Amino acid sequence: MKPVSVKDAVDLIPHGATVMVGGFMGVGTPERLIDEIVRQGKRDLVVITNDACTPGRGIGKLIDAGLVASAIASHIGLNPRAQQEMLAGRMRVDLVPQGTLIERIRAGGFGLGGVLTLSGVGNTVEEGKRVIEVGGAKYLLETALRSQFALVHAFLADQQGNLAYALTARNYNPVIAMAADTVIATAEHIVPVGVIAPDHVVTPAPLIDYLVVNP
Amino acid sequence: MKPLDAQNVIAKRIAGELREGMLVNLGIGIPTLVANYVPSGMSIHFQSENGLIGTGPVLDEGFSHPTLTDAGGKPVNALPGAATFDSAMSFGLIRGGHVDVTVLGGLQVDGKGRLANWTIPGKLVPGMGGAMDLVTGAKRVIVAMQHTAKGKPKFIATCTLPLTSTRPVDLVVTEMAVIAFQHGRATLLEVGPGIAVAEVVANTPISLEIREPVPEMRI
Repeated sequence: MKPVSVKDAVDLIPHGATVMVGGFMGVGTPERLIDEIVRQGKRDLVVITNDACTPGRGIGKLIDAGLVASAIASHIGLNPRAQQEMLAGRMRVDLVPQGTLIERIRAGGFGLGGVLTLSGVGNTVEEGKRVIEVGGAKYLLETALRSQFALVHAFLADQQGNLAYALTARNYNPVIAMAADTVIATAEHIVPVGVIAPDHVVTPAPLIDYLVVNP
Repeated sequence: MKPLDAQNVIAKRIAGELREGMLVNLGIGIPTLVANYVPSGMSIHFQSENGLIGTGPVLDEGFSHPTLTDAGGKPVNALPGAATFDSAMSFGLIRGGHVDVTVLGGLQVDGKGRLANWTIPGKLVPGMGGAMDLVTGAKRVIVAMQHTAKGKPKFIATCTLPLTSTRPVDLVVTEMAVIAFQHGRATLLEVGPGIAVAEVVANTPISLEIREPVPEMRI
């Protein structure tokens, strides 16, 4: 893990990058990184995230600034701006069942080619996908997702980069931290090594490439 | 006491389906109201799919916490004994059949009990969120919906809206009726308060098995 400023962290991300962003309706989203992406105007991003949040918050800020070319998400219904952008064809959105989305990311991070799921069998989600029969039941083959960057927000990070999360701010964060080439983390508090007990580390330090340590 | 409105009739009737110790996921809208009618002393584990088991009643003003939220991002309470986890675990619980009951809203239910509840193409494209996983994976699926929308029945021979899942739901509760689906057939189990069987039949254009006398909902 390398400690970096928020500016240096976002400098690493090129225009057009594929970026996984943690958080669920903005809870557990690394807002400092989002703000810096907006400030630096990183455009044409492909964002993989649970939802479009709301205008002015989390992913919503990236959409407000017109920086998202396409998104893979499970729900954008609470962000009217995101719906407008999608219906007007300015932002491409692939809508994926939430359990399938997180499991595709998990597969990407766990070295699997994909997963077989019953979710979406026989409805519009099935279109264009392989159906595989196992034990008499039909499953959809959902392929693994990986990205160039994962932006993670934790409650605690220790000075090595071990992470622990708070309550419902955990959500996608530990899963995306496995599935990207470069993982950048922010934390509410940075603490000395040992403060997070081994049993309470959720994301082990070697997964974290950069930890944002100052403004 | 003031008679309950349609939404609360539905919610209260569905609460009667819950049993001590169940793991239950409530969708947004009418399903959320179900929690208000759990009998006192009965312990139900409510799941919020953003990663929480043990959601409690709505918080008093000023007691919310920014990292304790429901699936809509709204502040929520956690009861003693609550547990939090990541999204993969949360959907493992859902898809893996660990959720005893899920209660969801509905736009249409067809004659075989298949539900459409996530999109009106061209008009409303919010994304399916967790609905497809919940309907596909929960042990028991209960739909909470008003019987008609703008005077038109929401039961329909074949759904014209995209299906949420091909797995049929188990029970549909409206203000007019309780209808169970089993082996691809619909049975009228109960009628709503003050509702006649003929009225249900007139508003339910699917093949309905009826064994007279049909009892009135006990709420």
